[in-house]
Amino acid sequence: MAVPVAPPMDEHGWPLGARLSGLLLPAFTGLLLLFLFAPIAVMIAFSFNDPGGRQNITWQGFTFSNYVRLWGRSDITNPMITSVMVATISTLVATAFGTLIALALTRYEFRARGLVNLLIFVPMTAPEIILGASLLTLWITFSVEKGFLTILAAHIMFNISYVVVTVRARLIGFNRSLEEAGMDLYANGWTTFWKVTFPIIFPGILSAALLAFALSIDDYVITLFSAGHTLTFPLWVFGVSRLGIPPEVNVLGTLIFLVAFLFIGVQLWSQRRQVRGGEAAPVTVLGK
Amino acid sequence: MRALSRGLTPLLLLLPGGAWLVVFFAVPMAFMFLISLQQGTFDTGYRLTWNLGIYPEVIGEYWDLYVRSTGFALAATLLTLLVGYPVAYTIAFRGGRLKNALLLVVVLPFFVSFVIRTLSWRMILADNGMVFGSLKDLGILEPNFHFLATPAAVIFGLTYNFLPFMILPLYVAIEKIDRRLIEAANDLYASRAQAFWRVTFMLSLPGVVAGSLLTFIPAVGDFITAEVIGAGNPQVFMVGNIIQRKFLDALDYPSAAALSFVLVAAVMLLVAVYTRIVGTDRLTS
Repeated sequence: MAVPVAPPMDEHGWPLGARLSGLLLPAFTGLLLLFLFAPIAVMIAFSFNDPGGRQNITWQGFTFSNYVRLWGRSDITNPMITSVMVATISTLVATAFGTLIALALTRYEFRARGLVNLLIFVPMTAPEIILGASLLTLWITFSVEKGFLTILAAHIMFNISYVVVTVRARLIGFNRSLEEAGMDLYANGWTTFWKVTFPIIFPGILSAALLAFALSIDDYVITLFSAGHTLTFPLWVFGVSRLGIPPEVNVLGTLIFLVAFLFIGVQLWSQRRQVRGGEAAPVTVLGK
Repeated sequence: MRALSRGLTPLLLLLPGGAWLVVFFAVPMAFMFLISLQQGTFDTGYRLTWNLGIYPEVIGEYWDLYVRSTGFALAATLLTLLVGYPVAYTIAFRGGRLKNALLLVVVLPFFVSFVIRTLSWRMILADNGMVFGSLKDLGILEPNFHFLATPAAVIFGLTYNFLPFMILPLYVAIEKIDRRLIEAANDLYASRAQAFWRVTFMLSLPGVVAGSLLTFIPAVGDFITAEVIGAGNPQVFMVGNIIQRKFLDALDYPSAAALSFVLVAAVMLLVAVYTRIVGTDRLTS
C-alpha cells in the first residue's frame, strides 16, 4: 500500500505551503483594501488643505475653512441639489415600475416573457456610452430641449433594470403558502398583497431603491448625453477639473463618503441582529 | 371574469416600466441606427439616405481604436481577475464572521463618485505627484519619467475602477463551493495546486465568467479614464472618446451613431466567442 510522502512541516505541524498561503493571502487582501482606499484617503486629506490658488494638488496647510465655505458656494451646491433631486425622483419612479415588473415576472405566466427579459437585461449589460448616445439621438430626432426632465427620463430608464433584478431575487425565495394562508383567512388579493406580500419583499425593495439612488447620484456618462446646460454634481466636477479642482469638491466627496460609511455601518449592524445567511447584502450596495 | 383579470394583470404590471424601457431604450436604439444612415452636415441638416457605406468608412478610419479599446479592456479584465481572485478567495474561505464586513469594505470606496476617484488618481500619479515626484527626488526614477497619458496608466485606471465588479461575482461563486469537495480531493492525494485548479477554480468558473463580462463590457466602452488618467492624449484614446467627441463636440451624428453600433456589434461578438469557449452548459449547472 502506497503511503504518500508527508510534505515538509513547520513547527506548528502545518504543511509549509499552507502556512505560506495562510500568511500571504490575508496580507495581499489587506494591501489591496488599502490600495482601494488610496484615492479616497487623498481626497479626504486634501479637503483639509489650504491651497493658495486654484490648484489643490500640493499640501499647503491644515484648515477647516473649506467645510465652512462650501455652503456659500452655490456653483457647487446647486449641481448637488440637482443630483439629489434627480436621484430621489428617479429612485421612486424606477422602484415602483421595477417592482411591478418583478411581480409580473415571478407571479404570472404570459407570452413575450423572453422579450421582457431581454428588455431588462440588455440595458444593464450595454456599455453606458451606448445608452447615453442612443438617448441623445432620440432627443435630436424630436428636437427635445435637453435639461432636468431628459436627465430624469434617462435615470429612470437605467434604474428600472437594476430594481427588477434585485426585487425578483427576493420574490424567488418567497414562500407562497403564506399568501395562501392569507387567502384562507378571507383576505382578498389586495389585502393579502399589502398585509403579507409587501412586508416580506420590502427589504428587497429597499435594497433596490438604495442601489438605484447610488447609481443615479454618481452617473456621469449617460447624464452627459441628456444634460444640455443643466449640471449635475458629477458633470460639474468634471467640467471644473480642467481648470483645477477647488477643495470644496473634496469636501463634498468626503461628506458623501461619510454618508456611505454610516449607511454601511447601519447595514452591518442590522445584519448582525438578523439571523445569519440572508441574501447577499453587498451586491445590493454596489455602486458604479 | 376571473380568467380575464388574470390575463390582464401581468400586462398592467408590466405596462409602466415596460413602456418606459421601450420609449427610452429600445426606440432610441432604432433611432440611432437610422441616424447612422443619414448624410449631410450639422448646419444644412441630416437626411436619411440609407447610406450603409458609413459602416465600412468608420471601420476603415477607426479600426485601430477598436483594437486598442479591446486590448485595454482585456488587459484590465485579466488584471482584475488576477488581483481580485485571491481577495475574493480569502474573504470567502478565511473571512469567517467578517465576510460581509470585508465585502462592504471592498465596495465602500466606490460610493465616492467615479469622476472624483479618477481625478484623485490623476493627482496621485502626476509626474511630480506624491508617488512619482518622491521617487524622482530619491533618484530612483529619471526626472523625465511620466506615467499619466500612457497606455499603462489607462489600463491601471480601468483596473481600479472595475475591481469590485470582478470581486463580488467571484466571491459569490467561491463562497458557494462545498469545502468537502476540496477535502475529498486532498484525501485522494491531489496536491494543493491540483485541488485548487481542478476543484476550487473550476467550480468558481461561473463567477469568473460573470466577473469578466461585468468588467470587460463597461471597460471597453469607457472614455472617462482615457480622458482623465490618459490626460486627453489622443495616443491612448478609446472608441468611447471618439464617439463622445463626435456626438457632443463635432456634432457629426451619422458617423458617431455608426461607431456606436460597431462597438455594440464588436462587444456582442466577443461575448459570444467567450461564452462559446468557456461553455455555457458548465455555467448553468
